[in-house]
Amino acid sequence: MNKKLNLRKASPWLSAISLFVLWELIVRIFNIPPYVLPTPSESVIVGWQFHEAIWMHATHTLYTTLVGFAIAVVFGVVLGALVGSSRTIYDAANPLLVGFNSVPKVALVPVLVMWFGIGTVPAIITAFMISFFPIVVNVATGLATLEPELRDVLRSLGATRKDILIKVGFPRAMPYFFASLKVAITLAFVGSVISETVASNVGVGYLMLSASSKFNMPLVFAGLLVIAVMGIAMYEIFNVIERRSTKWANRANPTN
Amino acid sequence: MTSVSKSFVELNNVTMRYSEGDELALDTTNMKINKGEFVAVVGPSGCGKSSLLKLVSGLMPPTDGIVLVDNKEVSGPLKIVGMAFQNPTLLPWRTTLDNVLLPMEIVKPHRNRLRKHRAEYEDRARKLLASVGLEGHEDKFPWELSGGMQQRASLCRSLIHEPDLLMLDEPFGALDAFTREELWDILQNLWMVRPFTVILVTHDLREASYLADTIYVMSKRPGKIIVARENPLPRPRDQEVTFTQPFTDLVHELRSHIRDVRAA
Ligand SMILES: Nc1ncnc2c1ncn2[C@@H]1O[C@H](COP(=O)(O)OP(=O)(O)OP(=O)(O)O)[C@@H](O)[C@H]1O
Ligand SMILES: [Mg+2]
Repeated sequence: MNKKLNLRKASPWLSAISLFVLWELIVRIFNIPPYVLPTPSESVIVGWQFHEAIWMHATHTLYTTLVGFAIAVVFGVVLGALVGSSRTIYDAANPLLVGFNSVPKVALVPVLVMWFGIGTVPAIITAFMISFFPIVVNVATGLATLEPELRDVLRSLGATRKDILIKVGFPRAMPYFFASLKVAITLAFVGSVISETVASNVGVGYLMLSASSKFNMPLVFAGLLVIAVMGIAMYEIFNVIERRSTKWANRANPTN
Repeated sequence: MTSVSKSFVELNNVTMRYSEGDELALDTTNMKINKGEFVAVVGPSGCGKSSLLKLVSGLMPPTDGIVLVDNKEVSGPLKIVGMAFQNPTLLPWRTTLDNVLLPMEIVKPHRNRLRKHRAEYEDRARKLLASVGLEGHEDKFPWELSGGMQQRASLCRSLIHEPDLLMLDEPFGALDAFTREELWDILQNLWMVRPFTVILVTHDLREASYLADTIYVMSKRPGKIIVARENPLPRPRDQEVTFTQPFTDLVHELRSHIRDVRAA
């Protein structure tokens, strides 16, 4: 029992370490030159050499990601609440939302640069644009899943739409909302790194671009590792928040 | 409608269909239910029993005819009806006590008084929960309760605001026989303490015979009331009564009606 639990706890570390060992071995065995694929150990060493620069760029990326994400949360909750609580708004907004979500956001970065110049603002906006969609969808879904029988119970008590939304809709939407945050924060990362890569002079995306133009592949991979670590950390934070805040959803098994 | 009658719920030549072009869900239906009467509705599946409850509670409008409750024509949700279904539909993020108190957060005037008089209302909910045997489970969440316990809580939720009209749609349908019969007694007790008007939809003819004053049998779709049977058994009824001749005769009579409508 206890052994099994320990194994479960250790398994993510084991899989990560195995991946790095395998990577290291493959590069060494096949003698792959570092300007094609550096070893992980090399990347870590170079990463450490440049740690001050990486730290500066990484905190900037974190900053643009979090600001874009925060805007996406506010916007996503408001829009999701509107879409989820009214059939008419849903019908009106749905094609627009789906259409907008289908546009690759990287294609919009040049437009943003024309409007706002390169740097922080396009990165924030890209992070926002790419991450609000899952929040809207999940909040709307959570609000819209109301058992017909429960709705009858409430309506026959004289509940207004607002009552139903507050008493049932929002609490029921909470697990959906928190589940979407995990996805949204990782997407926000993708958004700001894309924008930094295309149009910025600061941020991990820019750092990687400039490193690759100097053929410093270990530094590029150090940048990739940093992004991955930040992504995992953020995901885990929201994962914990999700589990803490909606305990009932994990225990109960609602039939709807 | 101004004609004053003494019945509390009245259906005059009511028909109902869900959408134009659909077959009727309910055909020319007439009913007169007195205040405090316990009515059971039985009939084959899909004959319009649940639709009847929706009509009376104002959740669905009739296509034709008039529904009167308390001598007023029903034109929208009645705002004070208690309802319970086969599915207990408790809210999983609320404790049993808070689930039972939900109607108090919605029904006027309680919704405006609840915050100030919280203790008084909680007391009332606890008493009600105790009367259905849920003492000590007030702070548990629905998923910590058994199906029968959830159904008891759901019953409490439908009664906490002391509605004059209670709609029950197969509330005991998903329970085992022992729990079901226990809940019959609980419901009968609650009703005898404070007689509210009940419309109980059920598939169980013994349940109808045990609980109701009047039993309506409906034909298959399009549903129509074909028999209204007075229940002669005296109250209070207990489990012993289910073994007596008049009870089994009544159940047999109902069964033959159902057989006839299903064959028709
Ligand atoms: N929302 C709806 N839209 C369209 N048709 C409906 C709807 N609800 C029910 N019906 C139809 O109306 C008829 C009556 O349905 P109703 O739910 O009242 O039956 P019921 O007697 O309660 O059946 P059961 O015993 O199976 O619960 C059924 O044939 C059903 O197909
Ligand atoms: Mg039904």
